[in-house]
Amino acid sequence: MIRRVLPHGMGRGLLTRRPGTRRGGFSLDWDGKVSEIKKKIKSILPGRSCDLLQDTSHLPPEHSDVVIVGGGVLGLSVAYWLKKLESRRGAIRVLVVERDHTYSQASTGLSVGGICQQFSLPENIQLSLFSASFLRNINEYLAVVDAPPLDLRFNPSGYLLLASEKDAAAMESDVKVQRQEGAKVSLMSPDQLRNKFPWINTEGVALASYGMEDEGWFDPWCLLQGLRRKVQSLGVLFCQGEVTRFVSSSQRMLTTDDKAVVLKRIHEVHVKMDRSLEYQPVECAIVINAAGAWSAQIAALAGIGEGPPGTLQGTKLPVEPRKRYVYVWHCPQGPGLETPLVADTSGAYFRREGLGSNYLGGRSPTEQEEPDPANLEVDHDFFQDKVWPHLALRVPAFETLKVQSAWAGYYDYNTFDQNGVVGPHPLVVNMYFATGFSGHGLQQAPGVGRAVAEMVLKGRFQTIDLSPFLFTRFYLGEKIQENNII
Amino acid sequence: MAAPWASLRLVAPVWNGRIRGIHRLGGAVAPEGNQKKKRTILQFLTNYFYDVEALRDYLLQREMYKVHEKNRFRDKEWIRPDKYGHFSQEFWNFCEVPVEAVDASDCDINYEGLDNLLRLKELQSLSLQRCSHVDDWCLSRLYPLADSLQELSLAGCPRVSERGLACLHHLQNLRRLDISDLPAVSNPGLTQILVEEMLPNCEVVGVDWAEGLKSGPEEQPQDTASPVPA
Repeated sequence: MIRRVLPHGMGRGLLTRRPGTRRGGFSLDWDGKVSEIKKKIKSILPGRSCDLLQDTSHLPPEHSDVVIVGGGVLGLSVAYWLKKLESRRGAIRVLVVERDHTYSQASTGLSVGGICQQFSLPENIQLSLFSASFLRNINEYLAVVDAPPLDLRFNPSGYLLLASEKDAAAMESDVKVQRQEGAKVSLMSPDQLRNKFPWINTEGVALASYGMEDEGWFDPWCLLQGLRRKVQSLGVLFCQGEVTRFVSSSQRMLTTDDKAVVLKRIHEVHVKMDRSLEYQPVECAIVINAAGAWSAQIAALAGIGEGPPGTLQGTKLPVEPRKRYVYVWHCPQGPGLETPLVADTSGAYFRREGLGSNYLGGRSPTEQEEPDPANLEVDHDFFQDKVWPHLALRVPAFETLKVQSAWAGYYDYNTFDQNGVVGPHPLVVNMYFATGFSGHGLQQAPGVGRAVAEMVLKGRFQTIDLSPFLFTRFYLGEKIQENNII
Repeated sequence: MAAPWASLRLVAPVWNGRIRGIHRLGGAVAPEGNQKKKRTILQFLTNYFYDVEALRDYLLQREMYKVHEKNRFRDKEWIRPDKYGHFSQEFWNFCEVPVEAVDASDCDINYEGLDNLLRLKELQSLSLQRCSHVDDWCLSRLYPLADSLQELSLAGCPRVSERGLACLHHLQNLRRLDISDLPAVSNPGLTQILVEEMLPNCEVVGVDWAEGLKSGPEEQPQDTASPVPA
């Protein structure tokens, strides 16, 4: 007598179908097979080019259940969680389309790599807390057979946010929310600040909040490579190409109030190969927009925002690339090993880099000073005029420093309320967003990836409820403002 | 606990000399004369019969054992597991006693396990030598012990790096820190200097600051026997 242990979830009935599964083993996809056979016969007949012997290994596959546009940390995180949460191994076919395999302009690799829980929104705090535990146990999550363990080079030194008189009350209430969610943050008065960090000049500082645990900075490149390696081992396909077109179908439906609404469904993604006109139409069920700073272009391709302004059809995705500079300098008399990532009242921030008295930091420009995001050229005058004075005021030791190098990267800046966009679009029903995080995407990537995967596979958010981050808020005008953006 | 103390003092003179009375050692002191008489009779019997001697030895041993059981943790420095790795059940009687020192060397304690240590508000000395799961994240959890911790040893932990050592600056009462033999620290000499700067009141042990320095050009060997003529 053979007792078979049924796979989890299948016990209730072998014929029950849940979203995200395919009837495995013996799938008689008769219609698809007939059309493929017809195509092959037609290509053999004289007068047609013979497709049978062409090499298509560089092209993405013709069918894929989920196509993720963008192979940065958010896209890879969604791919990882889709594979982790699928109900049966191999149930979902995932394709990640990344335009640039060197990641030369991707926000992930150019990021300062900080993680902190000092936000004002509970959802942001929960996302960061989960990401911290993900990073702590990264070698259990992202273990690949025979591959060396990942060394994230995490510095648990914490974040120190300084607040002036007018921001002190907001900071206190934020810290209260943070503590409620479980973040370990302590408030310090200027005297305590001087005691703990004697190199700080507390002029103009009324209150400071200091993260004690689960905050710091790490190597984002290592996280990216670790995710990539794990995700490839789980069977996700990668493709270097650019998404140029979505082929979709529309359906006119009536709402309960008898208002006509046009729902769109994307059927094919056209992926164009690098430096060539060749493209591959990938038939897909779900598209995930994780294109970071370029998400608005992808959304426009799907027809999001085409319509009279003020309507749901006319609401564009308000994510645009914003250039941010990071400078590295050397200051031998600077703050010691215990330095956290200090974010000044003026918006300037800095942290230590390594053991050798090197520091890196920058400052977010005001709306008027926004640099042109067309390229990633660094403006060194910005450091001289807008960053250094604030740093020197806050840390007198920084009056003498020597800039070693600098780089620039993009924020996928959400012009609406500087918080991420997560979840499906109300009209283009199979496009899901995971973008717009305006500088804190890296630290929230594990949590957001899991949330999007839950939305795709189960239809709702299960662990962290990110419903305030849905797209509909742009149409309804509901801003969820986050105060602590660095 | 006056009676056991009294008995302990009583035991010593009885024990050092020849084995005398087997009367209740935990009880009140019997009057001198009575004891002397009884001692002489039993002494007399013991000197003549091996059996009586053996019996008296055995009964005395039992008394001693009971006394020791009562005073087992007194004046003892460390509570250690026995050869089977178990801790004695008597330990439970000391729930209210604050723990001063914990030696968790060679333990498999990890990030979640530190929950138990962090509740010890009067911990003065913590030794995490050669703990293979203690890493930088664990060190960032140690700040609740800042008021009391005076001695910390991290020698030989393979996952601790200079990034974790940076968060030890919360422990301002630390007087002795052992960071020897940390393979994950990239530059031990420089790290030692930076940690010493970070914790000015603490004696940082473990790395010779000259490690990693290259020796300068060899000086000419001086002839010290006779002074060099001007």
